[in-house]
Amino acid sequence: MAVIIRARGITKTFGKEITAVDGLSFTVEAGQVYGFLGQNGAGKSTTIRMLLTLVRPSSGDIEIFGMNLARHRKEILQKTGAIIERPDLYKYLTALENLQIFAKMSGVKLSEKELMDQLAMIGLAERAHSKVRTYSQGMKQRLGIAIALVHNPELIVLDEPTNGLDPQGIADVRKLILHLSNDLKKTLLVSSHLLGEMEMIADSMLIIDNGKKVVEGRTCDLLNPDKIQVEILTDDKQRTLDLISTTKWLGNLLSSSNGSILLEMQRSNIPDLNRFLVEHGVNIFSLRPKHSLEDFFLSITKA
Amino acid sequence: MLQLLQIELYKIFKRPRTFIAFGVITAIILLVQVALKFGGEEYVGLVMSGLSGTFDAPPVQVLNGYFVCFIILNLLLIHIPILVALIAGDMISGEANMGTLRLLAAKPVSRTRLLLVKFIAASVYTILLLIWVAVLSLVLSILVFGTNELFVARGLEVNILSSADVLWRYIAAFAFAAIGLITVASLAFMFSTFADNSIGPIVACVCVIIVFTILTQLQIPFYDETIKPWLFTTHMLGWKGFFYVKGEEGVTVNGSIENLAGIFKSGLLLLAYSLLFLAIAVWYFKKKNILS
Repeated sequence: MAVIIRARGITKTFGKEITAVDGLSFTVEAGQVYGFLGQNGAGKSTTIRMLLTLVRPSSGDIEIFGMNLARHRKEILQKTGAIIERPDLYKYLTALENLQIFAKMSGVKLSEKELMDQLAMIGLAERAHSKVRTYSQGMKQRLGIAIALVHNPELIVLDEPTNGLDPQGIADVRKLILHLSNDLKKTLLVSSHLLGEMEMIADSMLIIDNGKKVVEGRTCDLLNPDKIQVEILTDDKQRTLDLISTTKWLGNLLSSSNGSILLEMQRSNIPDLNRFLVEHGVNIFSLRPKHSLEDFFLSITKA
Repeated sequence: MLQLLQIELYKIFKRPRTFIAFGVITAIILLVQVALKFGGEEYVGLVMSGLSGTFDAPPVQVLNGYFVCFIILNLLLIHIPILVALIAGDMISGEANMGTLRLLAAKPVSRTRLLLVKFIAASVYTILLLIWVAVLSLVLSILVFGTNELFVARGLEVNILSSADVLWRYIAAFAFAAIGLITVASLAFMFSTFADNSIGPIVACVCVIIVFTILTQLQIPFYDETIKPWLFTTHMLGWKGFFYVKGEEGVTVNGSIENLAGIFKSGLLLLAYSLLFLAIAVWYFKKKNILS
């Protein structure tokens, strides 16, 4: 798989005391949705700004599309689209005018029909001629995404793309990201604090804390370690506990509060436990691995 | 480059605030013209009373379009820089304040080019504003008051310029004023690259203009030779030089300029200041971390 972004030991210091990003290295492969996670102030936005040449690294090296970013800025940015945090646009202009300006800035000439098609894709065609100052935050966010995509970039950098969106809007952005990745084979680097969303869309992810890499890898590998927590909800909690106490899993019992039972066990043993309880007449309402991205994130960032 | 300039001009002239300056100038000039239309002869009489003994001309002859334009320029060319600062001081900082600077700077356009295009756009706005001043103060005044000899008071003396010898002087004066206002635009523009909010650069530029103008007008000999020659506000008054003519035995010489070398020197100094401010802006903006 071709490498689209390769960051090697990038560091950014502001003054003598603040190190926003500290020796960060990561690799984004072609066609991936690459999740970029970290708490507020972890250094995500600074890293993204370095990728977009808004902030100059204090040290380290960034290659995008196999080219050095500092030396081939123009060629790289021609193939890159981005929204950075909240997309504040020209509020006194219409959506169409905003899109037109940024298309020209990106070096592409699109007809009004092509621009309207772009707006239709993100559901803003009917409000294309309205001033952006009349838009909700969600509509601005969608327009920001249209601006990021207007020149058909190969690499798309989305910094918190679901900020300000309602649940339907979040679902629409998720669908759009998956469409861009699966159907159009774009490479996406997405930072978000919505961990559940990232879990659904990211092929790989990088988690940073205090400007340093904590972990990087494929999402499925990060979220499926051998030993996981399993939450069981049955029609008879006491009987379930009694049954478990007769088995080898008694030692794995973590808690039994709020109507559910929590066990820590090998993934491979989950089907056996399920079968055992069913065969002894326990009705299982849910048997859920609790190792979500949120648990994982919180455990490794010590939040 | 041309397309980027079109985009910048489009953004400037789509903003309602751009037209505030045009509205303010229109209002002031029309107010002055109305006042002079209905009470101009009395005003001229008052002005000329201080020159009695050395000057003898009926107010009706003095009050004409050229004279009205001269009065308006004396009033306005001190204040137009403030209106120029409103736009030029907002060119970069306004984008930072709106959050659009990061979108622009992440596009495949070099920062130097982006900055130069924005400066040219601010200069175009400045020149258009000045052309609007010229249209209202000169063309409209000529239409309303007609033309005649231009009487220019200098202390207790008066230069009388023949009607045929005036129009080219105004064209030259407006061209010179454009250089002066572009210097102001470049100062405001430089401040604009330093800040992430619109107010700071505009206020800073206006403060510099006010302080420099006060120093320019202070009649203290010590400042005349030490500070004043280096203030751009001193040289911005160079446009008046086109109306100070050579005279022989009290008769002015058509087509002459008393101190052409001084005007050139002022113009060159203003251009040098513009380049200096712009160079600082480019140097700073190229290495600026865009965090807004």
